[in-house]
Amino acid sequence: MFHNLTPALVLALGLTGAAAVTALPALAQDGPLRIEITDGVTDPVAIAIPDFYGDSDLAGKIRQVVADDLTGTGLFREIARDAHVSSHDDFNDAVAYEEWRAINAQALVTADVSGQGEEINVKFRLFDIFAGQPLGDGMQFVARSGDWRRAAHKIADQIYSRLTGESAYFDSRVAFVQETGPKDARIKRIGVMDYDGANILWMTDSSSLVLAPQFSPDGKKIVYTSFESGFPQLQILDVASVSSRPLTQGGNSMAFSPVFSPDGRWIAFAQDNGVDTDLWLMDAATGTGRPLTKTHAIDTSPSFSPDGKRIVFESDRSGTQQLYVVPIEGGEPTRISFGEGRYGDPTWSPKGDMIAFTKQLGDRFHIAVMRSDGSEEKTLTDSFLDEGPTWAPNGRVIMFTRVTPGGNGQPRLHSVDISGRNMRPLELNSAASDPSWGPLLP
Amino acid sequence: MKPYLLPLTLSAVMLAACAQQPPAQQVQDPYANLGNGALYQGDLASGALTGEATAQYFSSQVGDTILFATNQTALNSEARAILNRQAEWLTKHQEFSAVVQGHAEETGTREYNLALGARRAGAVQEYLVANGVESGRIRTLSFGKERPAEVCSEESCYAKNRRAVTVVSASGVGS
Repeated sequence: MFHNLTPALVLALGLTGAAAVTALPALAQDGPLRIEITDGVTDPVAIAIPDFYGDSDLAGKIRQVVADDLTGTGLFREIARDAHVSSHDDFNDAVAYEEWRAINAQALVTADVSGQGEEINVKFRLFDIFAGQPLGDGMQFVARSGDWRRAAHKIADQIYSRLTGESAYFDSRVAFVQETGPKDARIKRIGVMDYDGANILWMTDSSSLVLAPQFSPDGKKIVYTSFESGFPQLQILDVASVSSRPLTQGGNSMAFSPVFSPDGRWIAFAQDNGVDTDLWLMDAATGTGRPLTKTHAIDTSPSFSPDGKRIVFESDRSGTQQLYVVPIEGGEPTRISFGEGRYGDPTWSPKGDMIAFTKQLGDRFHIAVMRSDGSEEKTLTDSFLDEGPTWAPNGRVIMFTRVTPGGNGQPRLHSVDISGRNMRPLELNSAASDPSWGPLLP
Repeated sequence: MKPYLLPLTLSAVMLAACAQQPPAQQVQDPYANLGNGALYQGDLASGALTGEATAQYFSSQVGDTILFATNQTALNSEARAILNRQAEWLTKHQEFSAVVQGHAEETGTREYNLALGARRAGAVQEYLVANGVESGRIRTLSFGKERPAEVCSEESCYAKNRRAVTVVSASGVGS
């Protein structure tokens, strides 16, 4: 669908006059502008994003999405445009660094959006104001007009990556469950949206109860739990054609909690045979499965390590819900959680360094993270009911479901970064739950 | 006008056809007192049949719901008393099969509660089978926390939501 978006096409946009200002010393920073996503609370970087140049009527919309992406991280503060004192007529004009310094801008984004109709051409540059130099090369994207939001996300991704050193995540999609109707007869359907809630596409109708969609690693398929047969069973749907088919059926067992392996070859899931719930591995191509764990306990919520060799899951084999890691060949699982409370919903970060999970302590629920060996547990949120963490493709932001209490309680998607900062709800028109963050789009 | 009488049987058929009623189900007459083989044509939907061989009787008189403690699947004495009656009823009414629905309160993760509901339903199935009901007549189903009986976020509601509900039907398991 998005073959016209070509971020690889990097133009060497020579900047006139850039050499003349490089002698100016950096005033408020040591070395190039850089944001560290760590525990230390830092002031957001002041970024100026003046009106984009060019003849496209999409210029203003693209500028706003870039600004929303960046400020939405909590790492950036946009300097209001009416405070800008520097003005230019052309994208290729030299940057007057001193004029931006005068309003304490630390970074500057300039861009040009040209073209009307089918195709737009977007160019942008990022400047480090105190260092007085461009930060990276200028870039150009060619996109279909209908994909203008993706072009904006690509620009914001470049800015975010260059300033944080982390990989990008704005140009990505999230599968989720929309919830309508009363609490005791909830109607649910699966949707796919841009990470920021835009461009919602419905993947299922409301005829069957559906739960916990999970994207395939390439974002083209979604596995989920459906009650279409009357019993919880796995289904897989193709996002492009919006068609679904059962993966498991009937007999005397129920199947739920499916998740893809990072290479897309396997689907791990939980199966209940009427006595206990065990983990199973299914070959995604053939549908044949084999048991991975076998206890008289509840083993569920599997998630693969990024190298695909291990699976983290929750089990109450010790008496309460705890987290365990097992090789995909099977064998004795290793317990990795030892703190107070109950541990569930473990999800391995795509970077591999951390595992996010839901923690129940007393009557409160938390989204928390730990190193993948179980050390350095850290609580990020606190509420009546938070659950179901999913990682942004860069492993630095977590989306989850927060449910409000009471007979009219509603679920809503929220995101938080791994330092526990910048907790915010996702703006959606309806109640939603069970997010699954897909890959960074090509 | 020439008056004439239609045979009574024919008029009954015509009335039935006009109302487009479904064909009457063959059900067991609980009052026939002729043993298990007594069958007659009756209209179940109209409420004409009010014996104990109905799903409605099972849920209201035998008791279809048992409750559990938080995160527990153990059957207390009250639950066992209800299940004893369920087993007795199911043994008596062989034409019925059952789906046991397991449920959990909202204070738990979605995935754990699905498994917990399954385990509660499994505990009920196990008990009924141990008390003489053929395992092939019982299927289990978990709704996790998706279908609460009561919707408040307090223990008074949670206590009613930690439940297993036995749903009987005369038309086969799971249908």
